[in-house]
Amino acid sequence: MSSLEDLYREIILDHYRNPRNRGELETPPAHRTEGFNPLCGDEIVLFLQLDGETVADVKIGGQGCSISQSSASMMSAAVKGKSIEEVKGLVTQFKSMMSIHETEIGGDGSETEEGLSGQDGSSATAELPLGDLEALRGVVKFPVRIKCATLGWNTLTQAIDEMAESA
Amino acid sequence: MTNSLDVAAIKKDFRVLDQVQNGRRLVFLDSAASSQRPVQVIDAMSDFYNSTYANVHRGVYRLAEESTNRYEHARRNVARFIGASNHNEIVFTKNATEAINLVAHSWGRTNLTAGDVVVVSMLDHHANIVPWQMLAAERAVEIRWIPVTDDGQLDLSDVDRLLDGAKVLAVTAMSNVTGAITQMDSLIASAKAAGAITVLDACQYVPHLPIDVDALGADFVAFSGHKMLGPSGIGVLWGRMELLESMPPFLGGGGMILNVTVDGFTPDAPPARFEAGTPPITEAVGLSAAIDYLDELGMEAVRAHEVSLTAYAMRKLTSELGDSLRILGPSEPAQRGGVLSIELEGVHAHDVSQVLDEHAVCIRPGHHCAKPLMRHFGVAATARASFYVYNDESDADALAEALVAARDFFAL
Repeated sequence: MSSLEDLYREIILDHYRNPRNRGELETPPAHRTEGFNPLCGDEIVLFLQLDGETVADVKIGGQGCSISQSSASMMSAAVKGKSIEEVKGLVTQFKSMMSIHETEIGGDGSETEEGLSGQDGSSATAELPLGDLEALRGVVKFPVRIKCATLGWNTLTQAIDEMAESA
Repeated sequence: MTNSLDVAAIKKDFRVLDQVQNGRRLVFLDSAASSQRPVQVIDAMSDFYNSTYANVHRGVYRLAEESTNRYEHARRNVARFIGASNHNEIVFTKNATEAINLVAHSWGRTNLTAGDVVVVSMLDHHANIVPWQMLAAERAVEIRWIPVTDDGQLDLSDVDRLLDGAKVLAVTAMSNVTGAITQMDSLIASAKAAGAITVLDACQYVPHLPIDVDALGADFVAFSGHKMLGPSGIGVLWGRMELLESMPPFLGGGGMILNVTVDGFTPDAPPARFEAGTPPITEAVGLSAAIDYLDELGMEAVRAHEVSLTAYAMRKLTSELGDSLRILGPSEPAQRGGVLSIELEGVHAHDVSQVLDEHAVCIRPGHHCAKPLMRHFGVAATARASFYVYNDESDADALAEALVAARDFFAL
């Protein structure tokens, strides 16, 4: 069961059993965005509330597997109080953590380096520590589950884009 | 013909099952999504490619003639297998989804206009829902839904009212989620009385139970080859000839015309009218071999085996997992097929499947293309195990053991 324990690290199970920032926010002022994984039916309902350029509050609803739910829970904890720029940097960092390894599985290491440096160069802010999110690194050994881990993040990106459009 | 299957002998015909993962024997329990196929089917297709293959209905050389004979023999074999007295009522498609789309597109767009009613069911697969919703969106056709009971069967208590004024009843013969088998005789009679045609999604039914379409009274029956030991890439639409003859072509191209001029075309008769382009030739040969294999086992014996195995699995899972387990669908094995949609308390279906994969047990997590039904049950996903002729009690035992491991791994 060693590979299962690579995937289901204790911190992941903790976030799954005790999801942070679970619930809803009043809309408006919050913005509500739904994300779906059409293949498996997982759903994320994300409530994002900004105070200027800062994430004032975030709540997560919906249902899904331990990976999608814990990833969204960790994400909510990580982005609260951060600026939109910092959040965008975190999204890029997290998604490259998920895709770096996809590339490695494919056996092409050079793209990995490019991806990282490109991301460093494009972001003016210093990299934020991924913290608990590092625990999700094991997911990339299970390519089918990467979509679970990124569901919340794609929903967050969609929310930020929608809010920018309507602003 | 005995009334039981020699599963140990059958397993030997399915070489894909003879493998080890993580030090464990592979246990394949995903036949409701797609079955495996025996060496007899694989050999029939391989031999056909090596000895006979040519395009059908065209050439006059010997290979082309023999290839056409084999393709048309497959049509006759399918007709015989499902009890259709007229083999020209068998249309080969690429899958069951295409078969239903053919009906919705060709019959539907000819016969339905704004305000007409199509009755679908909450138990159905998206394949028998979305084609009608597409039609509804285009034509302002009304969709009415047959609800389901708490034990995952069609709730027919109000069906006459739902069917009143309807032109189409589109319904599953057996649910791919709850396993519930539709009481077709009375339902089809109700549809007929209301003046509606019946379009039956028999994907989960034809591979597992004897069927006699002539006697059934439905108007269209769709199923796929890959769920019944045959290859993917071939599906079947059976339709009553008078309806098929009244319908315009679905796809246009070669093989479906009598004549083409600069002014237009004259379509051929069914089934050619609905088989535009090069059909799935070798797949038809494979499907025919799969039918021969099922015939050899006997469909009554297949059904009896699955009822008995499903009953065993339900007892085993319930005794090993008790209240932490919920199995959707009828509790009486005789009312259902060998499909067990499982909810394990506190463990999402994806996570169940991940642990089961460690145990080399192949099941399917997800919504099973039946989102309206999943919403009805208030679940996002279930873990679905499904049985077929190559499964036995040892496979059900492996499932139970792996589910216990999943429960324990995620124990709160």
